[in-house]
Amino acid sequence: MMRISTLFYCLKEGIRNIGRNIWFSLASTAIISACIFLFCLFFALVVNVQYMVRRAETTVGITVFFDESMTESEILAVGEEIRVRPEVMEARYISAGEAWEEFQKEYFAGMEELAEGFADDNPLAGSASYEIFLKQIDGQKAFVEWLGTVPGVRRINYSGDTAAGLLSFNRILGLLSAGIIGILLAVAVFLISNTITTAAAFRREENRIMRLIGATNFMIRAPFVVEGVVIGLIGAAIPLAGMYFLYRSAVAYVMEHFSILTGLIEFLPLRVIFPGMAAVALILGVGIGFVGSFFTIRRHLKV
Amino acid sequence: MIEIRDLSKTYKAGSRALKHINITIDDGEFVFIMGRSGSGKSTLLRLLLKEMEPTSGRIVVNDMDLGRMPRRYVPRYRRQLGVVFQDFRLLKDKTVYENVAFAQRVIGVPTRIIRETVPEMLRLVGLSSKYKSYPNQLSGGEQQRVAIARALINSPEVLLADEPTGNLDAQNSMEIMYLLEEINERGTTVVVVTHSREIVERMGRRVITLDRGVVTGDMEGGARYDED
Repeated sequence: MMRISTLFYCLKEGIRNIGRNIWFSLASTAIISACIFLFCLFFALVVNVQYMVRRAETTVGITVFFDESMTESEILAVGEEIRVRPEVMEARYISAGEAWEEFQKEYFAGMEELAEGFADDNPLAGSASYEIFLKQIDGQKAFVEWLGTVPGVRRINYSGDTAAGLLSFNRILGLLSAGIIGILLAVAVFLISNTITTAAAFRREENRIMRLIGATNFMIRAPFVVEGVVIGLIGAAIPLAGMYFLYRSAVAYVMEHFSILTGLIEFLPLRVIFPGMAAVALILGVGIGFVGSFFTIRRHLKV
Repeated sequence: MIEIRDLSKTYKAGSRALKHINITIDDGEFVFIMGRSGSGKSTLLRLLLKEMEPTSGRIVVNDMDLGRMPRRYVPRYRRQLGVVFQDFRLLKDKTVYENVAFAQRVIGVPTRIIRETVPEMLRLVGLSSKYKSYPNQLSGGEQQRVAIARALINSPEVLLADEPTGNLDAQNSMEIMYLLEEINERGTTVVVVTHSREIVERMGRRVITLDRGVVTGDMEGGARYDED
């Protein structure tokens, strides 16, 4: 087991390395910060778009109408068939009477006397329908195709564009962010690796002495890995602090200046989005620092 | 005990640094290895430190066959050796105390033990009053004493000194030699690589002479050694 004095030695030497090598360390920290800042930005976007897609999934419904010749019990039987489908979250039956009542409320509000002319004659007779909400919007196309094959189905109303638009936007955003983050990750690992190479050159004599004294590979390499991990941690903490304030301000700004969108979009609150973002960003920072330093120092310090 | 059997080393460029040498050094001995530049002294030292592998032959140190030693045991093996170099190899940004403590710190010795052993070692090499000084504030002889203290702090069984007086004047050289003698009297095997005939003669110890990679002499008392 590692002694506390050994742990402190490795930590102290790692931090000293950063000081000795300050410009390289700052450059590495800056590029990691840039990488993680972009990651946070895309993370916030993707998570919010996903959130909006989820919301849309619950509001974008499919309405299915049946042949006028079908009796109510036949329609309800088809409804049962729909309800047991695994992709269906909810299927609500709207009888012709309910549809007419709804219509009257919507179109004759304040002028109910106009509807009285219809008396008991429901002009929407034969318009009994099912309103269906799916669990996930990406199953909509296949589901609509299946619905079309069900006997007795006359007409299906759905918004293909909304679903496809939200999905493709989310997909493009995901791919774009993965691509940019991937490139920045590679640059960050490369810069960390250069920083560690320089640090190893600074400490060449010290490392040679350590080797001859009988220091283990761990003792020789650990300060360099500590250096990489500390740079990674600082590189993650800076953009996280920035995002913490930026996100709040940005959401407030959008809601204030684009109030027309308020009904359409809704952002996740900071307290919901931040813990996940911080955890992933810190793991990313530490990961970049560890990978960049560990493999570099393995290559440079053959003991 | 150090046993070297039929040891040869040929570098990749083709130069043969050592050719079938045989040497035995008993526990507690004080031995000089003499020879001119290119005689193979430094190669022998690097092989003893397991910094490189021989082309053929065996080296056994304290019953450990270096040829069969897995890489992971090398640090533990090196802790049984103390090494001193001609150019001292002290860390310039560390004080005398820190330079000596460094040798214990890097092998994970607890701080409480370091605080006890380092002052003791500095007393042995006569540098108690200079523990706060940096290497560039010390004379060559004092720097070599720090290097010796660092080599001895982990109580090695063997001390290897590569031209320890190469950068020192005659008086400092003899002081360092007497210090090594004192260390030897405490039971440490001391192997000194040198090309100084004067020191060898004055010390009157066993001298192994190397010439172009071959042992050309092995004499007790240092009175005679072979040289062209």
